[in-house]
Formats: sequence, C-alpha cells, structure tokens
Amino acid sequence: MPIDIDIAKVARLARIALGEEELERYGAQLTAILEAAEQVQALPTEGVEPTSHPLPSTNAFRPDVVTASLPRVEILAAAPETEDGYFKVPRILEAP
Amino acid sequence: MRGAEAADAAFAAGEVQGPLQGIPVALKDNMCTRGMPTTCSSKILDGYEPPYDATVAARLRAGGAVIVGKTNLDEFAMGSSTENSAYGPTFNPWDPATVPGGSSGGSAAAVAAGTALVALGSDTGGSIRQPASLCGIVGMKPTYGLVSRYGLIAFASSLDQIGPMTRTVADAVALLETVAGFDPLDATSYRGEVPSFGRSLEAGVAGLRIGVVTELTSEGIDSQVLGAVTSMLDDLAEAGADISEVSLPSTTYGLPAYYLIAPAECSANLARFDGVRYGLRVEGETTEEMMARTRAEGFGPEVVRRVLLGTYALSAGYYDAFYGRALRVRTLIRRDFERAYEDVDVLVSPTSPTTAFAVGERAADPLAMYYSDVCTIPSNLTGDPGISVPIGVDDAGLPIGFQVMAPALEEERLFRVAAEVERLAAFSARPALATSEVVAS
Amino acid sequence: MSGWEAVVGIETHVELQTASKMFCGCPVVFGAEPNTTTCPVCLGLPGAMPVPNEEAIEGILRIGTALDCEIAEHSVFHRKNYFYPDLPKNYQISQYDVPICHDGSVEIDVDGDASVIGITRVHMEEDTGKSIHVGEGGRIHGAEHSLVDFNRSGVPLVEIVSEPDLRSPEQAREYGAELQRIVRALGVSDVRLEEGSMRFDANISVRRAGDVEYGTRTEVKNVNSLRSLQRAIAHEIERQIGVLESGEPVVQETRHWSEDLGATTLMRSKEESEDYRYFLEPDLVPMRVDASWQARVREALPELPAARRARYKGLGVDRRTAAVLAAAPDIADLFDAAVSAGADVRLSGIWVTGELVAYLRAGDRALDETAVEPDHLAELSAMVTGGRLSATAAKEVLGGVLDGDGSPGEVAAARDLLQITDAGAIESAVAAVIGEHADAFAKLREGDEKVLGFLVGQVMRATGGKADPRQVSELLRSKAGG
Repeated sequence: MPIDIDIAKVARLARIALGEEELERYGAQLTAILEAAEQVQALPTEGVEPTSHPLPSTNAFRPDVVTASLPRVEILAAAPETEDGYFKVPRILEAP
Repeated sequence: MRGAEAADAAFAAGEVQGPLQGIPVALKDNMCTRGMPTTCSSKILDGYEPPYDATVAARLRAGGAVIVGKTNLDEFAMGSSTENSAYGPTFNPWDPATVPGGSSGGSAAAVAAGTALVALGSDTGGSIRQPASLCGIVGMKPTYGLVSRYGLIAFASSLDQIGPMTRTVADAVALLETVAGFDPLDATSYRGEVPSFGRSLEAGVAGLRIGVVTELTSEGIDSQVLGAVTSMLDDLAEAGADISEVSLPSTTYGLPAYYLIAPAECSANLARFDGVRYGLRVEGETTEEMMARTRAEGFGPEVVRRVLLGTYALSAGYYDAFYGRALRVRTLIRRDFERAYEDVDVLVSPTSPTTAFAVGERAADPLAMYYSDVCTIPSNLTGDPGISVPIGVDDAGLPIGFQVMAPALEEERLFRVAAEVERLAAFSARPALATSEVVAS
Repeated sequence: MSGWEAVVGIETHVELQTASKMFCGCPVVFGAEPNTTTCPVCLGLPGAMPVPNEEAIEGILRIGTALDCEIAEHSVFHRKNYFYPDLPKNYQISQYDVPICHDGSVEIDVDGDASVIGITRVHMEEDTGKSIHVGEGGRIHGAEHSLVDFNRSGVPLVEIVSEPDLRSPEQAREYGAELQRIVRALGVSDVRLEEGSMRFDANISVRRAGDVEYGTRTEVKNVNSLRSLQRAIAHEIERQIGVLESGEPVVQETRHWSEDLGATTLMRSKEESEDYRYFLEPDLVPMRVDASWQARVREALPELPAARRARYKGLGVDRRTAAVLAAAPDIADLFDAAVSAGADVRLSGIWVTGELVAYLRAGDRALDETAVEPDHLAELSAMVTGGRLSATAAKEVLGGVLDGDGSPGEVAAARDLLQITDAGAIESAVAAVIGEHADAFAKLREGDEKVLGFLVGQVMRATGGKADPRQVSELLRSKAGG
C-alpha cells in the first residue's frame, strides 16, 4: 500500500498549527517512518486477536465513595487565564 | 535538604520508616511531585507544579527516602538520547561527547555520576534499560502493572512502567519493593500480593535454563557488544546455567509495531496539553487557534512527529492497516515469548545494539534513533520484566549492558540471574565525570 | 406531510446520580460554585488516571436490563478523541464497538396505538464540563470569549441509542417520556430535563411513503425538554419535506433547536466528518459482567412503568390515573401500600394523583417531606365510604394530614368536618324540611326529580353541611316514593 498522508488534515486533527515548510518536513518524515512500519503488514495476522493491553485482569472498579476535591484556588493558580472562578478561553468557533 | 534532615532526625530517634530511610532519590521529571515543578522536559509544562504526588513519590516519601531532584528526559519520554529536552541535553558522564541514552538519561547520568544514589525512571520502549546500559548502571523495567502509574505523565499507557535505576542489583530490589504494589488509583495496577523480589539474589544460576534470543544477537548489533555478551554467556554456563539459543521470529516486527502503538496512544495522552487549564498558552483569536498555536509552540519536534504519526495511524481508513495490524503483531510477539518460556527460565540479549553514541549523531535520523530500542521494546509489548546489568566497557571505555528478561511477575527469578551476572561481571569501572553536572529541570 | 414518512432515532443521555463521579471521587452535585468539585482526574491533569465507579456500572446495568437489553459479558472502554475546551483530556472515555448493553426494546403507547421501539445500545461514558459563552446573548456564535466550569466533567453518563423506529414527533415525545419514567423508577437518576440530567439528540430523515431506503438524515442536538423534542422533530420533518419538495437535497448536518425561534438552525455541516479515532482506553481493563451479576441486577429491578400500568388496569384504575402513577414511583408505592392497607382504589387514585400531586407541586416538595402515610389514606377512605366524611371534606382533611396536622380522624374532628351519621338526627332534619317545603315535596312525590337537589340542599343547610347528601337524598326519595 503506498503511503498517502494528508499531513495538513492530520495536523488539524492533532490541533497543531504548522507552517507549509513544517508540514512538508513532517509529511516526509512520517512517510519514511510509515514505510518502515509497513513491515507489520508482512506478517500474516488473519485470525489473530489484537492485544491492546498486556494485563489479563478485569473489573478494576472503585466503590462509590466521595473523596476530597481540590481547592479551586489551587487549580486556577495553574491556569493561563481565569475569570470569576472559571477557566477563560477565547471564543469558540465549533460546537462539539 | 529539609527532607534529609528530617530523615536523619527520625533515624537518630530510632523511628526508622523504611529501607530507604534518608536515601537520596532522583525522580525522572515525568512523575508528579506536589509543589515541585514537573515539566516532562517540555516547554508546554514549563514551571508547572502539580497539586498532587504521584503514587511512587508518595511511597518514597512514606518509605523515608528523600526526593533530591527531578531529572532530565527526552520531552515526554520520547527519545533514546535525552537530547530532545526543552532544557538542553544531558551528557554521558563516561564521555560528555556522547549521549546518556534515553529517555531516562537524566536519571541514568545522575546515578552513574553519583549525584543520586538511586533514581526512578520510566520505560516505554527501553527508556530505563537503554540509558542504564549506556551509563553503566543497573536499570530495571518491572512487570506491567507492578508499579502504579498514577502520577506518571503518560506517554503510551499500555507500555509505560516505572522502575529503579541503581548502582547495584540489590539496590534495585530495595527501591522496587518500596514503590511496587496495588494502587487503588491505577485501574491497571496489579491486584495480587507483591512477593519479595530479593529472596534468591544469592542463589546463583546452576540448573537455570537461559535462552539467548537469536534475533537480538545477530545483525545490527555492534561486534564489541556481542563479544561482551558472548563472554558473559560463557561465564554463566560455567556457573552452571544451561544456555541455549531461542528464536523469537516475531520480535523482528517489534520495532515497527511499537512505532505505531506508542504514537497512537501518545496522540491521545498528549491531547490534554491545550493551554486551557495549565501550562503554556499561546494566544489566538479563537480557542481552536489558541490550542493549535500552543501545541505547535509547546511541543518539540520529536513530540510533534509522534503525535502526528499516532493521529494518522488511528484515523479513519488507516486504523486497520497500521494500528490494528500492530496490535495483532503484539499478540504474535507475546505468543513467541510464551512459547520460549516453556523451554527456558529467562531470556537474554544485549540491552542496546551499541554503546553510547555521539551527541547529535542520530538526532536528524528518527529511524536510526528508534533502532536504539530494538532489544528492549519486546518486553514493553509483552508487559514482561527486563533488566540491564553492566558487564564491561568497549574499546572507547563506554559501558556495555546485558539484558535479562523473565515471564510476567517472575521478578524474583529475574533478579536472581541479574545478581549472578553482576557478580560474574565484577563491573567496577567508574565514569570519567563522577561529579558531572546533570541537567535537572 | 401526506405522502411522506418520517424516520426518527433518538440518542438519550442520562446522568446517573451516584454519590461520586464516574472515574474519580469528586461528588456529583448540581449547582455548585464553578470548579469546586474537581480533582486531578476530572480536570485531566497530567498523570491522573481514571478508575470506574462500580455503582455507575450497576446503574447502567439496571437501565439496560429494564430496557430488555442483552448484557455483554465482556465489554471495554474506548477513547473518543476530539478537541473541545470543556473536554479536559480532549478525549472522552466512552464505549465504541463493545457496549455494555445492546439489542433491547421499549414499548410505547400513543393514544392507544402501541409500538415497540428497538434499543440499539446502551453505553457508559463520562460527561463533559460546561462552557458559558460571554457576549451575544450567550450564543456560541459571536460570543467574545467563553468560560469553562469542570464540575460536570466526569459525571457518569449513560447513552441510550434507539433504532430509527420512531415515525412521528408524538411517538418521539412518548418514547422520551417513557424512558424518563423507566429511569426514574429504577432510581438511578432524577432525570431532570431542566437541569440537563436527561437530554436528547434526534436523528431525523424523511422518505416517500412506501420507500424502503432511508433519506439523508440530520441530527438535532441537545434538546432538553419533551415538548422541545416533539416540536424540534416536527419542525425538522417539515423543513426536510420542504427542501425535498423544492427539488433540493437534504444535507447531512448537525442542527440546533431554538425554542425561541421555534426552528432548527445549522450548527455545523458534516463535510469534514468527525474522525474520533476511537481506540481502546489503555488506562482501564475490560469489564466482565457474568451471569450471576446479570441475574442479581435482574432480580433487584423494581416494578417498571409498563408493568405498573398493566397491574393498575387489572385493579380497575382508570387509564389517566394509571399513567400518572406509573410515572411517579414514589407516589405509586404510597398508593399500593394504601390499597394494601384497605383503602378504596378509586378514592386513593384520585387523592394521590390529584390533591397530593398538586400539593407537592405547589410547595415544590418531595413526597418524603410530607407527613402522609399509607394508613392515613386507608383511614380517610374508610371515613368516606362509611359516610362520616364527604368527598369534598376528605380533600381538605388530606391537606391537613399532608401538613402534619395529624391523622384523618384528628384533622376532621379538629376542623369540625365529620358528617352526621346518626340516622335519627338526619331523619328529624329531613322531616323538618319536608314540613317547611311541602309544595316542593309534593312535586317530588309526583315524580319531579328536579326538586330533589333543592330539598337535599335545604337539609344540608339545616345540618350545617354535615349530613351525608347521598343518605339525605335516599331518605327523601324513599319518603316520596314510599
């Protein structure tokens, strides 16, 4: 499969603002890495279950118990911009 | 140093808290420390002080250890040389013209140079073992889940594991015993009883079956490294071990599988750095623009590269061909190891295909850099433990590491073999710069 | 819309009222000061990790079981990746191809017309924070900036996805209402639409009647009342038919319902369709709900609204009362207990769905804030059927009981509302009225029933309203006909 990367779209999805030159450079590097990574397609994997996780356990739950929240002053202290107890952001173009 | 004074006082008063009472420990700067900057060596977290302690930090404090500092790393643990740091590179104390390996290069250099007695690193594809190898110290990646990841700033969650970096195998055991064990804050942490890891340090290797991984002792491995490994195998045979060669054919695909899986996970793990709640913000007209500018400015090139790679590998139309395939390859690699462990007790290989390489040598070639982890990546994909023990130096006087791997939760066996390797190697060389300046953030 | 058929599927989000959030110990509360119920986990601080709340899993299993779903023995969480300032990790922990509950159904009834609506899946996820848009009247478009509150971030959220089985706005509304009743009966959420603890997204398309293929659909997001749901769908159906009849195609897009405009407006097109890059959440391990857990959930289910309605029908409760009871489990439980204690079915039905509901609504009170007990209703019922209390007085007595003034007997006595049950006293009052109004009584004897009411009224007046009017009119009739 030839590697075909719409690098501008990938950068948009990843929310990273890159200039033309950077896009080109990263696009070329990604192509090289993916061409090498394409080896994974050489191994026959029909009928092989994917392993997403090395752990065999299940049902790691916690009881429904309330624990202390962080003081607001502490969490807002780390924020770039706040207003009236809120985190402040510039206007939002797209709804989720 | 207030912690050390308090520890001294506690020691004097007979209130010994734990085996690490008063011991200075360095933490890789991707583990959260309350009220102490934690930056992942990234501009995007410059000056960030977490409001909470990582579980390992809390356990170290509870065990009486003194956290003396945070060590440099490749930004967000992505790299094999500790050159990709917003705070500048760390140099190898054995030769400052070479890299200390990475990404836990700061921890490795600190221990090698004696700035810290012991340190914690994190290992996603070899980030503890490879720098340990390059810096001539012991570095160990525990079984996935044995040490809580809560408070470890994630790179690739299904691969990350915290482990000890020390001068000796016994120190590694003590440090691991202090931080290991179930943590209710980490749903992937191992829920069973944690056994004593150091019971068999003196047991030797007589009768143990040691498998040498064919694929990791052939082409692509430096001849001096191979020579040292072969000589250690002779010594182990002499000590009574039963040495055989074992082929793990799928491990050849470990590297490409890793370079799809780790970036995919990191692309999501690093999405939270967006300029809204903490860290760097670069202003923009809209929130979308602010986020995109913040991330472009805040992340270094290797991080951008991997985030883009992972985003692509997960995106519609490519998932099956890349990420999905890689997960299946991961299964095949696991099967290879499971099969191998039916015949042998531990597997061994070099830790790194080369000794420390020159600063800047691989910086421009991502693929060459990625190859540094070829021997260590399989253990991250399987979740099994692995350790690097120094066994000698090459002609340039740079350390060579020997890797021992064992099945999941067989830490006791792993340390048993590692301790014997340590005895047989009698590695006593010291780095040229034992007081080297270690870049800490 | 003649010649056209609407096809509607609904995604319903329900916030579970657990004590703590889905993946951390922060409390689930409504209306707290902004950013006061957050922690490293629900703020997405670096290094924090999620641990699922077992009670939330129990809650979704109750919902899935009540909707007759199959419960997946193994299911997993995925990460749904998209950037938005109120989504702290910029991914949402959700479920993708292996939801915990799937393939269920719910029966709804619109004016006697019953239909079964398929439930595709019921999955578990975490809620986002909330953005407040400052400027331009709080609308996202044109706002100067936005403020983000993460209190809601991480609240357990259940998404119920229906099959595209709904065919009208009325059906859609009834479907939403029935889900609300079911979830309320399960006690896992207060399902307050006005507070956003239950909200709807509707997928709507239209096609020519008789067509098999679906038309292009639009999605109307974040509808937060049943009335709006019905209106938004009705409007969108009209709009789509209009578009198609003018020869244009319907564009697949996301739309927003404006209650003020009474119309849907474009939110965003799906041209660059979302690429959520789902992958398995590596910070969590799979869930395993084995047969015994499934059985435990099934056994612990309360009576569901449909079963209640059927049972009440069997008891002879009228349809409207049965519907009100089935929608309000606490009131229905009181009703059941009262009937068990011997209360009259019809009278209790009227009282609890009439006076009681009005009383709670007027004072914005919950049932357990009142003093009424099942035995009170049984006593009140016996007083009415025994003729000691008029139906009108009974309502006043109930008001007193609700206020905590005492038992019905005590309240009736204190307010002097008891009827004269002494036959002799009534007899003499009737005799006196007959004497006073001989003409009228003569007409009654001749069979003129019109005067009966007048005579009864006179007796009631003479007794200060304390005679049982039924008893009085019987007495008058028997004297006239005798």
